[in-house]
Amino acid sequence: MIATFPHMGNMHIPLKALFKGLKLHAIEPPPVSKRTLDLGVKYSPEFACLPLKINVGNFIEAMEKGADTIVMGGGWGPCRFGYFAQVEREILKDLGFKFTMVVLEAPDSRLTDLLRQIKALGENVSIGEAYSALKFAWYKLKAVEVLEKSLESCLPRAFNKALVEKYYEQGLQSIDQAENRKALAAVTLEANRAIHAVNCSDEPVLKIGLVGEIYTILEPSTNCHITRHMGRINAEVTRSIYLSDWVNDHLLGGWVKKSNHHHILESSRPYLNYAVGGHGRETVGCSVDFARRGYDGIIQIGPLTCMPEIVAQSVLGRVSRELQIPCMTMYFDEHSGNAGVYTRLEAFVDMLARRKRLNVQTPYARQCPGQTVEAGV
Amino acid sequence: MKRVGIPHGLFYFYYYPLWKSFFEDLGWEVVTSSPSSRRTIELGIDTAVDEACFPIKVYMGHIRELCRCRLDYLFVPRLVSIEERSYICPKFMGIPDMVRALVDDTPPLIDIVVDMSRNQKHFQREMNELGQKLGVKRRDWQRAYQRGLQELGFCRALTREGHTMAEAIQIWEGQPAPSLPFADLNIGLLGHGYALYDTAISMDMINRLRRLGSRVILPESLERHLVEAQAATVPKRVFWTLGRSMLGSALHLDQRVDVDGIIYVACFACGPDSIIGEIIERKIKNKPFMFLTIDEHTGEAGLLTRLEAFCDMLRRRRNSNCDSNLSSYG
Repeated sequence: MIATFPHMGNMHIPLKALFKGLKLHAIEPPPVSKRTLDLGVKYSPEFACLPLKINVGNFIEAMEKGADTIVMGGGWGPCRFGYFAQVEREILKDLGFKFTMVVLEAPDSRLTDLLRQIKALGENVSIGEAYSALKFAWYKLKAVEVLEKSLESCLPRAFNKALVEKYYEQGLQSIDQAENRKALAAVTLEANRAIHAVNCSDEPVLKIGLVGEIYTILEPSTNCHITRHMGRINAEVTRSIYLSDWVNDHLLGGWVKKSNHHHILESSRPYLNYAVGGHGRETVGCSVDFARRGYDGIIQIGPLTCMPEIVAQSVLGRVSRELQIPCMTMYFDEHSGNAGVYTRLEAFVDMLARRKRLNVQTPYARQCPGQTVEAGV
Repeated sequence: MKRVGIPHGLFYFYYYPLWKSFFEDLGWEVVTSSPSSRRTIELGIDTAVDEACFPIKVYMGHIRELCRCRLDYLFVPRLVSIEERSYICPKFMGIPDMVRALVDDTPPLIDIVVDMSRNQKHFQREMNELGQKLGVKRRDWQRAYQRGLQELGFCRALTREGHTMAEAIQIWEGQPAPSLPFADLNIGLLGHGYALYDTAISMDMINRLRRLGSRVILPESLERHLVEAQAATVPKRVFWTLGRSMLGSALHLDQRVDVDGIIYVACFACGPDSIIGEIIERKIKNKPFMFLTIDEHTGEAGLLTRLEAFCDMLRRRRNSNCDSNLSSYG
């Protein structure tokens, strides 16, 4: 059995460690490329959202490399991600591929369920080994995110941006190759030091909050490498979603590390008072939170036709008006005109810079809770 | 007497009799926006965000229209789930918040949460709270709700006879039943009720098909248990109420001898449609199948041409009297 999995940003690094710990032979799909997208677009439903199309492309390319088992996530709605695996299986089956699909279902379930499912994947490992595999994967994930955060904060300030990006790439590679906890800690520290050692300017940079749908935020090839591009034009981007937070909140019940998930959900009131599936409520909550923390602007990204993000987008206009923070929404589909996206980003950054220079206050007027609650019944 | 407005869109077509008789039994006056028209559509497009699906935009148009009617309340329920372990769609879950954010000066909203995904208790609690806020006695609203369910049952019985839910509502309100013209074809028409039954959204597709000489079979007119049984044949239970009903209906119609063809009407940018439509397209093997996507475009002629061509093809296929010459799909 040769297992494979879909790409989502740097998720393949911890996942590979997990599979290795489970004594499974796993190969990662080739990095998301034009060909991946073309294959996905060709065989997927026309107006399914982008993640599904890229998943299909990933799976086809992985199976060309010899994979015969697909490990995929699932869920029980209302976001359509819960049904992805089913559609993907139908598509790949009709294309004539021979494979088995393992769906890790119910991401909002208990940790024991997840452990059991992971244990079922590993054929000859004990629960203890499964647990330590999971733990090592978790540490790799944390290490990856340390570097991602360093990149986000150093890139906009650094004079030599190419150098920062180079150290980041090298750091990811050595994290990927680290065999044990000790080596992992060493390479992370080294890479992080290298990134921070690059000369930085002291000028204040624009701070922009990036909110939206998890896949589009985590997978740079779907969002035209938005964080890096913003860094190159001297704007610091803070993401609303890191994979470790998501894993912590949804799979591990929030007990591995401190979580601000509850605070974010509370912040979404009175704008969005109910969970709408996906990350719709988190998008609104994080936007409010960014505004209160004095950020200069907010960019919302998501795949075209993403239902939860459309709800959030409808509400963001009101957030923008009431908290006086510029918000821009960008949807991504299979178009490949990066220049258009970059122009919009640059225009947005220029506008924010001008706003800041003219000293237009972005005062978050402290409101008493309940004051803006519109008269319901 | 208090006046409550009910928008003529989305789940209006599934639940209006219940809502109307509920509020009327409480002694309120019910104001409904007029059926969707070009004007409603334009107001809606103007209000909603571009990426929203067409029915949501039209709904916003209805809200805008009702905002001018001097109402005491506007009824915009948050429909999360109307049966166990199933959802409607994320957009329905955020409707009241979208309305508040997009439309200025709305009357106070009655945004009751309907969530039966676990059990009925949550809904009962919501109704209790609503009753308290509105100052209605528990006994009164319970009686009104029960009678509303009866009225709804009456309308649903009418749909079994081949009427659409929109027609059933008209008959229920005392208008004469429209006569169904002669038909020599049977076409299964699948789609969200709020798109199919709204003549402005679907461009009157049902009546067009009837005029083309076909009897239209809708998901509501099928036996529930047959539909559910067919829907249970897929590996994973569909967790969208309407999606599951459509998948089950499609698989059921696929096996019926008297059905000539199946049309699936999807709204552009509808999430569940993009997934369910794809699965249906792959599962239907015996009948000619057409997948139609609608949005706010106004090219009726294009739609009509496709319907005519589909009907012509079905007749030709039947008259040629052999099953194998024409591929039933693709």
